[in-house]
Amino acid sequence: MDVLYFAWLRERIGVGSEHVETAAATVRDLVAELRGREERYAVAFSDLRTVRVALDQELADFDAPLAGVREVAFFPPMTGG
Amino acid sequence: MAARVQSRAFDPGAELSRFTAGVAGAGAVVSFTGVVRDVAPGMVAMEIEHYPAMTLRAIEAMIAEAVARFGLTGAEVVHRHGRLEPGAVIMMVLTAAPHRQAAFQGAEFLMDWLKSRAPFWKKEITRDGAAWVAAKDDDEDALARW
Repeated sequence: MDVLYFAWLRERIGVGSEHVETAAATVRDLVAELRGREERYAVAFSDLRTVRVALDQELADFDAPLAGVREVAFFPPMTGG
Repeated sequence: MAARVQSRAFDPGAELSRFTAGVAGAGAVVSFTGVVRDVAPGMVAMEIEHYPAMTLRAIEAMIAEAVARFGLTGAEVVHRHGRLEPGAVIMMVLTAAPHRQAAFQGAEFLMDWLKSRAPFWKKEITRDGAAWVAAKDDDEDALARW
Protein backbone atom coordinates (compact mmCIF):
# COMPACT_ATOMS: atom_id res chain seq x y z
CA MET A 1 0.00 0.00 0.00
CA ASP A 2 1.00 3.62 -0.33
CA VAL A 3 1.74 5.43 2.92
CA LEU A 4 1.65 9.25 2.91
CA TYR A 5 2.94 11.69 5.49
CA PHE A 6 2.03 15.35 5.83
CA ALA A 7 3.31 18.42 7.71
CA TRP A 8 5.73 17.63 10.57
CA LEU A 9 5.29 13.88 10.09
CA ARG A 10 6.62 14.29 6.55
CA GLU A 11 9.50 16.39 7.82
CA ARG A 12 10.46 13.98 10.63
CA ILE A 13 10.22 10.88 8.47
CA GLY A 14 11.91 12.60 5.54
CA VAL A 15 9.57 11.49 2.73
CA GLY A 16 6.08 12.49 1.63
CA SER A 17 5.07 9.03 0.48
CA GLU A 18 6.41 5.53 0.16
CA HIS A 19 5.25 2.07 -0.81
CA VAL A 20 5.04 -0.32 2.13
CA GLU A 21 4.62 -4.08 1.93
CA THR A 22 2.88 -5.09 5.12
CA ALA A 23 0.64 -7.75 6.60
CA ALA A 24 -0.49 -5.41 9.38
CA ALA A 25 -4.15 -6.00 10.25
CA THR A 26 -4.89 -2.55 11.64
CA VAL A 27 -3.49 0.98 11.51
CA ARG A 28 -2.09 0.44 15.01
CA ASP A 29 -0.22 -2.67 13.81
CA LEU A 30 1.19 -0.73 10.86
CA VAL A 31 2.39 2.05 13.17
CA ALA A 32 4.09 -0.53 15.43
CA GLU A 33 5.80 -2.01 12.37
CA LEU A 34 6.99 1.40 11.15
CA ARG A 35 8.22 2.37 14.62
CA GLY A 36 10.37 -0.76 14.71
CA ARG A 37 12.01 0.05 11.39
CA GLU A 38 14.09 3.12 12.12
CA GLU A 39 14.54 5.85 14.69
CA ARG A 40 12.91 8.52 12.50
CA TYR A 41 9.62 6.58 12.49
CA ALA A 42 9.86 5.94 16.23
CA VAL A 43 10.27 9.70 16.78
CA ALA A 44 7.43 10.66 14.42
CA PHE A 45 5.02 8.17 16.00
CA SER A 46 6.14 8.62 19.61
CA ASP A 47 2.81 10.18 20.67
CA LEU A 48 -0.22 9.00 18.72
CA ARG A 49 -2.43 11.61 20.38
CA THR A 50 -0.82 14.09 18.00
CA VAL A 51 -1.35 11.96 14.90
CA ARG A 52 -4.43 11.52 12.73
CA VAL A 53 -4.97 8.90 10.04
CA ALA A 54 -6.98 8.64 6.83
CA LEU A 55 -7.63 5.41 4.91
CA ASP A 56 -8.26 5.91 1.19
CA GLN A 57 -8.82 9.63 1.90
CA GLU A 58 -11.39 9.12 4.68
CA LEU A 59 -10.59 9.91 8.33
CA ALA A 60 -10.28 6.73 10.37
CA ASP A 61 -9.08 5.59 13.78
CA PHE A 62 -6.07 3.55 14.79
CA ASP A 63 -8.08 0.37 15.29
CA ALA A 64 -9.47 0.46 11.74
CA PRO A 65 -8.68 -2.63 9.64
CA LEU A 66 -6.32 -2.27 6.67
CA ALA A 67 -7.82 -5.05 4.53
CA GLY A 68 -8.43 -3.69 1.03
CA VAL A 69 -6.96 -0.27 1.83
CA ARG A 70 -4.74 1.21 -0.90
CA GLU A 71 -3.65 4.49 0.67
CA VAL A 72 -2.88 5.28 4.30
CA ALA A 73 -2.11 8.89 5.26
CA PHE A 74 -0.67 10.08 8.57
CA PHE A 75 -0.78 13.73 9.60
CA PRO A 76 -1.08 16.05 12.58
CA PRO A 77 -4.45 17.49 13.66
CA MET A 78 -5.67 19.69 10.82
CA THR A 79 -5.39 23.47 10.88
CA GLY A 80 -7.52 24.69 7.99
CA GLY A 81 -9.71 27.73 7.69
CA MET B 1 -22.39 23.79 -4.40
CA ALA B 2 -18.70 23.76 -5.05
CA ALA B 3 -15.32 23.57 -3.43
CA ARG B 4 -12.13 24.99 -4.91
CA VAL B 5 -8.58 24.61 -3.68
CA GLN B 6 -5.97 26.72 -5.42
CA SER B 7 -2.61 28.39 -4.92
CA ARG B 8 -3.46 31.55 -6.84
CA ALA B 9 -4.94 34.60 -5.16
CA PHE B 10 -8.63 35.41 -5.55
CA ASP B 11 -10.74 38.52 -5.10
CA PRO B 12 -13.32 37.97 -2.31
CA GLY B 13 -15.51 40.78 -3.67
CA ALA B 14 -15.64 39.23 -7.12
CA GLU B 15 -16.42 35.82 -5.60
CA LEU B 16 -19.27 37.28 -3.56
CA SER B 17 -20.76 39.07 -6.58
CA ARG B 18 -20.57 35.96 -8.74
CA PHE B 19 -22.03 33.75 -6.01
CA THR B 20 -24.86 36.19 -5.28
CA ALA B 21 -25.76 36.40 -8.98
CA GLY B 22 -25.94 32.60 -9.09
CA VAL B 23 -28.36 32.19 -6.20
CA ALA B 24 -31.11 34.51 -7.41
CA GLY B 25 -34.17 34.06 -5.24
CA ALA B 26 -32.24 33.46 -2.00
CA GLY B 27 -33.18 36.02 0.61
CA ALA B 28 -29.87 35.82 2.42
CA VAL B 29 -26.24 35.48 1.39
CA VAL B 30 -23.49 35.21 4.00
CA SER B 31 -19.77 35.25 3.31
CA PHE B 32 -16.77 34.72 5.54
CA THR B 33 -13.25 35.67 4.44
CA GLY B 34 -10.20 34.35 6.29
CA VAL B 35 -7.06 36.50 6.16
CA VAL B 36 -3.47 35.66 7.19
CA ARG B 37 -2.86 37.34 10.53
CA ASP B 38 0.41 38.96 11.44
CA VAL B 39 0.57 37.27 14.84
CA ALA B 40 3.98 35.72 15.27
CA PRO B 41 6.81 38.18 15.94
CA GLY B 42 8.81 38.67 12.76
CA MET B 43 6.30 36.75 10.72
CA VAL B 44 7.18 36.63 7.03
CA ALA B 45 4.64 34.22 5.57
CA MET B 46 2.26 31.36 6.15
CA GLU B 47 2.71 28.15 4.21
CA ILE B 48 -0.32 25.94 3.78
CA GLU B 49 0.13 22.28 2.91
CA HIS B 50 -2.78 20.04 2.00
CA TYR B 51 -3.62 16.48 0.95
CA PRO B 52 -4.76 16.94 -2.64
CA ALA B 53 -6.49 13.57 -3.07
CA MET B 54 -8.57 14.14 0.07
CA THR B 55 -9.14 17.89 0.33
CA LEU B 56 -11.90 18.42 -2.22
CA ARG B 57 -13.91 15.35 -1.25
CA ALA B 58 -13.66 16.25 2.44
CA ILE B 59 -14.90 19.80 1.78
CA GLU B 60 -17.61 18.61 -0.61
CA ALA B 61 -18.91 16.23 2.07
CA MET B 62 -19.04 19.15 4.55
CA ILE B 63 -20.91 21.28 2.02
CA ALA B 64 -23.43 18.50 1.36
CA GLU B 65 -23.98 18.15 5.12
CA ALA B 66 -24.43 21.92 5.56
CA VAL B 67 -26.89 22.12 2.66
CA ALA B 68 -28.96 19.24 4.03
CA ARG B 69 -28.89 20.43 7.62
CA PHE B 70 -29.69 24.11 7.11
CA GLY B 71 -31.64 24.00 3.86
CA LEU B 72 -29.06 26.12 2.03
CA THR B 73 -29.82 27.01 -1.57
CA GLY B 74 -26.14 27.56 -2.31
CA ALA B 75 -22.78 26.94 -0.62
CA GLU B 76 -19.19 27.34 -1.77
CA VAL B 77 -15.74 27.12 -0.24
CA VAL B 78 -12.55 28.53 -1.77
CA HIS B 79 -9.31 27.68 0.06
CA ARG B 80 -5.77 28.57 -0.91
CA HIS B 81 -2.62 26.55 -0.34
CA GLY B 82 1.06 27.37 -0.72
CA ARG B 83 2.87 30.46 0.53
CA LEU B 84 0.77 33.43 1.69
CA GLU B 85 1.92 36.70 3.15
CA PRO B 86 0.28 38.52 6.09
CA GLY B 87 -2.86 40.26 4.90
CA ALA B 88 -3.47 37.74 2.09
CA VAL B 89 -6.87 36.12 1.78
CA ILE B 90 -6.60 32.42 2.72
CA MET B 91 -10.12 31.21 2.27
CA MET B 92 -13.75 32.08 1.84
CA VAL B 93 -17.06 30.45 2.71
CA LEU B 94 -20.26 31.53 0.95
CA THR B 95 -23.77 30.39 1.82
CA ALA B 96 -27.23 31.26 0.56
CA ALA B 97 -30.60 30.46 2.08
CA PRO B 98 -34.17 31.77 2.08
CA HIS B 99 -33.54 33.47 5.45
CA ARG B 100 -30.51 34.84 7.26
CA GLN B 101 -30.39 32.44 10.20
CA ALA B 102 -29.81 29.40 7.99
CA ALA B 103 -27.20 31.25 5.93
CA PHE B 104 -25.29 32.37 9.06
CA GLN B 105 -25.49 28.93 10.67
CA GLY B 106 -24.44 27.18 7.48
CA ALA B 107 -21.38 29.43 7.21
CA GLU B 108 -20.43 28.87 10.85
CA PHE B 109 -20.89 25.12 10.52
CA LEU B 110 -18.65 25.05 7.45
CA MET B 111 -15.98 27.18 9.17
CA ASP B 112 -15.94 24.97 12.26
CA TRP B 113 -15.57 21.82 10.19
CA LEU B 114 -12.98 23.31 7.84
CA LYS B 115 -10.82 24.31 10.81
CA SER B 116 -10.31 20.81 12.09
CA ARG B 117 -11.57 18.30 9.51
CA ALA B 118 -10.27 19.56 6.17
CA PRO B 119 -6.73 18.30 5.51
CA PHE B 120 -4.78 21.56 5.61
CA TRP B 121 -1.75 22.31 7.77
CA LYS B 122 -0.38 25.78 8.41
CA LYS B 123 3.25 26.63 8.98
CA GLU B 124 4.36 30.06 10.17
CA ILE B 125 7.56 31.32 8.61
CA THR B 126 9.27 33.95 10.73
CA ARG B 127 12.65 35.67 10.43
CA ASP B 128 13.97 33.20 13.00
CA GLY B 129 12.67 30.01 11.45
CA ALA B 130 9.49 28.08 10.85
CA ALA B 131 6.95 26.32 13.05
CA TRP B 132 3.82 24.28 12.38
CA VAL B 133 0.70 25.84 13.83
CA ALA B 134 -0.76 23.59 16.55
CA ALA B 135 -4.44 22.71 16.41
CA LYS B 136 -6.45 24.44 19.13
CA ASP B 137 -8.64 22.55 21.59
CA ASP B 138 -11.23 25.30 21.04
CA ASP B 139 -11.49 24.34 17.38
CA GLU B 140 -12.13 20.72 18.28
CA ASP B 141 -14.65 21.76 20.94
CA ALA B 142 -16.46 23.93 18.40
CA LEU B 143 -17.56 20.80 16.54
CA ALA B 144 -19.43 19.53 19.58
CA ARG B 145 -22.12 22.20 19.27
CA TRP B 146 -23.25 20.84 15.92
